[in-house]
Amino acid sequence: MENPEKRTEVVLLACGSFNPVTNMHLRLFELAKDYLHETGKYKVIKGIISPVGDAYQKKSLISASHRVTMAKLATESSDWVEVDDWESNQNEWVETLKVLRYHHQKLASSTPANSLQSTVPLVKPGRKRKREANRHIPIKKNQLSPETKSVPQLKLLCGSDILESFGIPNLWKLEDITEILANHGLVCITRAGNSAQKFIYESDMLWQHKNNIHLVEEWITNDISSTKIRRALRRGQSIRYLVPDAVRAYIEKHNLYSLESEDRNAGVKLAPLQKYARGCKQEQTQ
Amino acid sequence: MKSRIPLVLLACGSFNPITNMHMRLFELARDHLHQTGRYQVIEGIISPVSDNYGKKGLVSARHRIAMAQRALETSDWIRVDPWESEQEKWTETVKVLRHHYNDLLSSLQFRKELTRNSWPIERATEDFFSSLDPVSPELKLLCGADILKTFSTPNLWKEEHIKEIVEKFGLVCISRAGSDPVQYISESNLLTRFQHNIHLVTEWIQNEISATHVRHALRKGLSVKYLIPDSVISYIKHNHIYTEESERV
Repeated sequence: MENPEKRTEVVLLACGSFNPVTNMHLRLFELAKDYLHETGKYKVIKGIISPVGDAYQKKSLISASHRVTMAKLATESSDWVEVDDWESNQNEWVETLKVLRYHHQKLASSTPANSLQSTVPLVKPGRKRKREANRHIPIKKNQLSPETKSVPQLKLLCGSDILESFGIPNLWKLEDITEILANHGLVCITRAGNSAQKFIYESDMLWQHKNNIHLVEEWITNDISSTKIRRALRRGQSIRYLVPDAVRAYIEKHNLYSLESEDRNAGVKLAPLQKYARGCKQEQTQ
Repeated sequence: MKSRIPLVLLACGSFNPITNMHMRLFELARDHLHQTGRYQVIEGIISPVSDNYGKKGLVSARHRIAMAQRALETSDWIRVDPWESEQEKWTETVKVLRHHYNDLLSSLQFRKELTRNSWPIERATEDFFSSLDPVSPELKLLCGADILKTFSTPNLWKEEHIKEIVEKFGLVCISRAGSDPVQYISESNLLTRFQHNIHLVTEWIQNEISATHVRHALRKGLSVKYLIPDSVISYIKHNHIYTEESERV
């Protein structure tokens, strides 16, 4: 008989522009939660939407405060998915790995955990901060039981486009991808018949960590991309039933997306491409 | 200024249950028709089929109507009409169209007379009403483009019904990007003859939420949030429909 208490707790983190958030983004969470639950091994306790900061400099990216507000409106009716604006408040672009580390740290310090019980092996030894945090937490009654609460696993939730973006030069650092897969894991929602499996097969690095890459097949073709939403808005077309109604009303009220907003950051290089290309140049001259 | 033709969209189907995609069809159709410059879409009607249609897994019309009502609460132009579901026998689509068209005519006539009689008509308003007369409203059947394909299925439709539907009323067919509904039209002499009355709308933002899949997910206790409105989800839960037990009957 399966003991529900033995399930590993999972928190799902989705990073992205959310420009704007759509029903598709929200669906990713629902699909991932159901999938992980059905494995019998996991229990998803929280979902986090972390919109990227303006310093990402992606084309047509409107201000983070709007994107965060819309995401909050979108998740109002959810009892487990919430929005976190830490990433969007940073002045410089933050690598996905750092966002994961930040949220993992947050989870660790709010869990009355015995660090020995932690199920997450850390690549960097001697993480003083975590142990110190544990010392300050008073022993609660449930800690006396053998089932001490461990830190939930934090997994990156994404579409297969993110997985395949691992192959784009200078978009990700190899060691970042490795740490994401080793310490956290990926829950990747793919369209039925998608090439994600093939992509994993063809990459030695991904193959090595394939047990920590959960591919979730989505049977309902749901192609509500933010790009298409913005396009429809520019053309005065309806976006009802593609985004939550509160988001639609907010966009309308503030007239958020236009020809002008679509041209923002046109010609500007994406932050990671700038950062990593610079790094490559430095290596070459050494 | 040439006035636009007032137009009502009618969608027939099981709506078992209604999904975000059903409502999306209306929005797409309206945008498309408005962009032609020729029409003013004044209303959308969802007409759930009656229980004796005999389709497997069809929950009672009472529920399907109630769910559609909840789903459409936030819409200011689409409504659900129970007439078809209240008929004792299954009603052919053309008859549903006829019924709603007659309704439309009489309600517009009624509205005109009411306004004329209730207050003194100023010159400008008089002109407006007289300009309305030559423009009779139209009622079009809103559907997926696969309906066109079913027209060629033997014995599914009566030939004279298809003719009346495309000639007297008209179709607004939504198809997904990459499919070729024009082909279905060209394969049929009848459809080709009335192709001017078949409006093809491409859905570029794929969102194929089949009600079958939604029921499947509900039976298995999987989430359907963001596929159908929250109000419909709570109705389903509250009334214990689409459960493993209820579907087994």
